[in-house]
Amino acid sequence: MTAAATRSTAHSIVEASPRAKAFAGGLVILYAVITILPLLWIVATAFKSQSDAIAYPPKVIFEPTLEGYVNLFTVRTRQTPDFIAKLPPPETWYDKLVRKRDMVIAGPSKVVPRFVNSLIIGFGSTFLAVFLGTLAAYAFSRFRIPLADDLLFFILSTRMMPPVAVAIPIYLMYRQLNLTDTRLGMILLYTAVNVSLAVWLLKGFIDEIPREYEEAALVDGYTRLQALRKVVLPQAVTGIAATAIFCLIFSWNEYAFAVLLTSGEAQTMPPFIPFIIGEGGQDWPAVAAATTLFVVPIVMFTVLLRKHLLRGITFGAVRK
Amino acid sequence: MDTMTTILQPDHATIPGVSTPAKSRAARRVHGLSDRAIAWLFVAPTIALLLAINIFPLIWMIRLSFTNLNLSMSYLPLRFVGLDNFRDILADEDVWFRLQTTAQFVISSVTLQVVVGFGLALLINRQFRGHSFWTTIILLPMMLSPAVVGNFWTLLLQPQIGPFNHLISLFTGVPPSSFSMTGQVSLAPWTIVLVDTWMWAPYVMLICLAGLRSIPDYIYEAAEVDRASAWRQFWSITLPMTVPFLMLAVLFRAIENFKMFDMVNLLTSGGPGSTTELVSISLKRAAFEKWRTGYSSALAIILFVTVFGAANIYVKTLNKVKQR
Repeated sequence: MTAAATRSTAHSIVEASPRAKAFAGGLVILYAVITILPLLWIVATAFKSQSDAIAYPPKVIFEPTLEGYVNLFTVRTRQTPDFIAKLPPPETWYDKLVRKRDMVIAGPSKVVPRFVNSLIIGFGSTFLAVFLGTLAAYAFSRFRIPLADDLLFFILSTRMMPPVAVAIPIYLMYRQLNLTDTRLGMILLYTAVNVSLAVWLLKGFIDEIPREYEEAALVDGYTRLQALRKVVLPQAVTGIAATAIFCLIFSWNEYAFAVLLTSGEAQTMPPFIPFIIGEGGQDWPAVAAATTLFVVPIVMFTVLLRKHLLRGITFGAVRK
Repeated sequence: MDTMTTILQPDHATIPGVSTPAKSRAARRVHGLSDRAIAWLFVAPTIALLLAINIFPLIWMIRLSFTNLNLSMSYLPLRFVGLDNFRDILADEDVWFRLQTTAQFVISSVTLQVVVGFGLALLINRQFRGHSFWTTIILLPMMLSPAVVGNFWTLLLQPQIGPFNHLISLFTGVPPSSFSMTGQVSLAPWTIVLVDTWMWAPYVMLICLAGLRSIPDYIYEAAEVDRASAWRQFWSITLPMTVPFLMLAVLFRAIENFKMFDMVNLLTSGGPGSTTELVSISLKRAAFEKWRTGYSSALAIILFVTVFGAANIYVKTLNKVKQR
């Protein structure tokens, strides 16, 4: 029996008939289309004018405009048509767009600082988590550590904690340490949550690198640290990259801690997006524009991560 | 050669000044730190961070749960009230109602996700043309931020301007503005189940797919030789062999749904009334709106103990899956 040759399909001699395959494919494509529709609607809404976005019935065909994006990035004030008429002609396309609605741009909105917060907190916590996680994972993979299983369970269980439950004492602790609403506080917090995933994932990746490579390096007179740096790390680089992206996605998407522990200075995108208010209620095109910008990196990473997705969501225990 | 040295000088390795072949333990100690020191040095920062940001607050929370602390009235003297908070919670009908709401949500949501996810996995396992492209699209929702998902579904589900109601009316003829998915007591819980399934059925699918691909071919080949029907093969091979993976998906989704906060907070924020007020939402209200810190700490401990118990089972299931 040639198991290796037939591994690609589960039913090798029970290979599905072309009709069954077409039927399965049709259903899956139908489901995928239903999945993607809400996202496409949001991307489309970002290019609608405010009146098109709240039209009844909802508009599928509309004239695209960048108003949503302009509204997202600016704060505007309403002026009388007379006032607008007296102004010098608009210098830029976005000034023009805004003046059509009898408004002038008063200044930038808060979206850029929020986005920058997301980037700093995301990358900062990812870097720290991956750094600490790599060290710990290497130790768990290569050395005999007393109570290793219990420690690993402890590390994993911290990720299972309900954020709303631990937010109270963390809030009190951060108030004492002057860490509330600071980037540092959020970086430390997200590092703590991410490090559990990093340890579990990276341990799996390092376990797969044969020990013989290091043994050989040690024989050649390398120290453990040199062997780690020059032999193990280069081989674990794909795993480390995948782990980093998973950590980044987590801190990028996190909402509960962000909404409970930040109010301004260190606020990230997820708590900010729902509160983009325009004149007379929620400015849906601007909200949709923010959502689109926020989601684009995630979509790219998902495509990149396809192969590692399963590992990432099961803490490295299940492999494809 | 290697065995020779160990036989000849088993204990001499630790004698100072005696140079031994590089492969023995002593040699590693000669160049740099000992393995044991490195192990501790590498694990310690992670453990220290987790102790500082998880365990220390947890202990603080346990202490607070025995007090009457109310942060909006922190001028009141801090008084230890023993188990009063726990007694209040367990005697409060509202809390039991929230737990019931949460349980209903967890059960219906996880059931739906398992049915949809497992079904999809069976279909995708057929490996039709282009299946990896479509799989990636299906996997997208679970990578998104639950808060952002809750937010944009709010738009999609608006009775007047949202496309969802119009789509429903297209198929059923019910006027689109006659019902509100998030604003109606009868519909709001199902809306949450629906959006949660849209987001997380792919998760169940991915794990089931791993389960299906872990079944060795020869079992199906043997079944084919015995002329077992496709139906029979499904019930006696496919299903039992994916059960550990299904368990994993069920457990993880149950844990996540039990502590669910972000998506619901944005989609319905517990409403209308309190029809979708899950335990975590009412916990947030008690802690950050009413500032009843002592009381909410006690509630948090109850929530935490439940999740911790489930996490324990999760790890056991993980190990079971790993052994295969």
